[in-house]
Amino acid sequence: MIDVSKIKQDFPLFKRKINGKRIVYLDSTASSLKPKKVIDAVNGYYKRYTANVFRSIYKTSEEATAKYEQAREYVADFIHAKNTSEIVFTRNTDESLSLLVYSWLPYHVRQGDVLVTSILEHHANFVPWQQYALKNKCDFRIWNADRNGILSLEAIEKLVSKRTKLFTFTAASNVLGTLPPVKKIIEKVKEMNPLCLTVVDAAQAVPHLPVDVENWGADVVAFSGHKMMAPSGIGVLWAKEQLLEEMPPFLFGGDMIKEVHEKTTVFNDIPHKFEAGTPFIEGAIGLGAAVEYLSALGMRHVREHEKKIVSYALDQLTKIPGLTMYGPADPDIRGGVVAFQMKGIHPHDIAQVLDEDNICIRVGYHCAMPLHEYLAIGPTCRASFYVYNDTKDVDALAEGLKKVKKMFE
Amino acid sequence: MDLYRQHILDHYKHPHHFGRLPKADISKTLFNSACGDRITMELKLGKDGKTITDIRFSGEGCAISQASASLLTDYVFGMKKTDVMKLQKETVLDMLKTELTPTRIKCALLPLEALQKCILEWEKATVV
Repeated sequence: MIDVSKIKQDFPLFKRKINGKRIVYLDSTASSLKPKKVIDAVNGYYKRYTANVFRSIYKTSEEATAKYEQAREYVADFIHAKNTSEIVFTRNTDESLSLLVYSWLPYHVRQGDVLVTSILEHHANFVPWQQYALKNKCDFRIWNADRNGILSLEAIEKLVSKRTKLFTFTAASNVLGTLPPVKKIIEKVKEMNPLCLTVVDAAQAVPHLPVDVENWGADVVAFSGHKMMAPSGIGVLWAKEQLLEEMPPFLFGGDMIKEVHEKTTVFNDIPHKFEAGTPFIEGAIGLGAAVEYLSALGMRHVREHEKKIVSYALDQLTKIPGLTMYGPADPDIRGGVVAFQMKGIHPHDIAQVLDEDNICIRVGYHCAMPLHEYLAIGPTCRASFYVYNDTKDVDALAEGLKKVKKMFE
Repeated sequence: MDLYRQHILDHYKHPHHFGRLPKADISKTLFNSACGDRITMELKLGKDGKTITDIRFSGEGCAISQASASLLTDYVFGMKKTDVMKLQKETVLDMLKTELTPTRIKCALLPLEALQKCILEWEKATVV
């Protein structure tokens, strides 16, 4: 299955010591570490075949184009997309989702229409719809969760009507770790209104779980490369072919055209229509390599491993007096994320003391301020896990937290 | 632990001038979204309208921002507003006597920023 000691060797960052101590990386939800395979793939482009894509006929350019398109195929297979043309390379999840604000919403959503998002969302899947609604006098509705971040399927009946044009939610909360039942949610939304566009923020799902977009039944799925071992600055928008065909382009310029005349332009085919200008070629190639790496591990194994680690973390952290954890207690519906607070100690101070032992966690609102406000809890600490974390990392965190307590008590 | 020198922890655990000032002449709340620190500065001025005769801060924050506020309120007590406006970040960092990373410098400077904004806005509002 997952042999963490072997996996750790694939990640050069773990070879680094700071002040003689190893790095305990518990912030993969913010950004993941990169395996040698990905670094080599990016370097390979720099060292052996640097060239622009889709333009020239010399060998290295053909090679760059082939690798760039191969990455698209790998990504399509990885998320079980029907066609490679359904994979649009963007900068990140935020850009993938914001693209809809320019290319879909203005043609389908009018004054008085309803846009729904959940309270669990990262700002990437919150602000675009909120801002569109404000500008266009739409009804922006929030799908609220319970204290543990569990969303109720029944509530969908009240939120979705004929006027609901967009329904969006996360497949994995970046704070509470909640894993909503994506397929069931989409079925329910479509049952209430088959024309409502369903959008899934999969930034925390694609890196950690097996994802099958066709099986989910969503219209749009967005995720980022850097959270799944690829370079930062490459992201993915997946949408059904027909939808991409219907949407006008978001950015204009090179690559996204077939013909340009003084008075008219013929746009390129999908997905190129949405990839104006020279893309992040090495980023896409790196993402391809990341997908290969994760596929070799097997996403079912990745998920099982993280479930084990998060269960262990929940057990260990519970033992620390004064520590409050948020999110579902059941690891079956929880990703590898633990948000917590310690009584009377500010998260920033906790993170600073942990950093003395090179224990990397995130503190603050984790780009999910509405959720923190809704739960009325103020800023939190967050430890998150990936395939390269083991129980020793969790033990280091628990020890570190005991040290924090001692210092501030 | 170098960062949390004893005097920082002391000021954090027992901050000076912590609380509200019921009849404040000037009041301002600042928020740092990176860490969720919120600080309110309240001032009372003497009859000359220039000297700070009382000061309080309140809110929630990390040890660095709270210690910084405590030290700063000690420092500016009895000072002229115009002199407070001239204070530079180095003054605050010197008072803390510790090495801070760029992220934590923001925490340390939040109280000074709140204090100066508070005076600036009051002056704007009271210009005839």
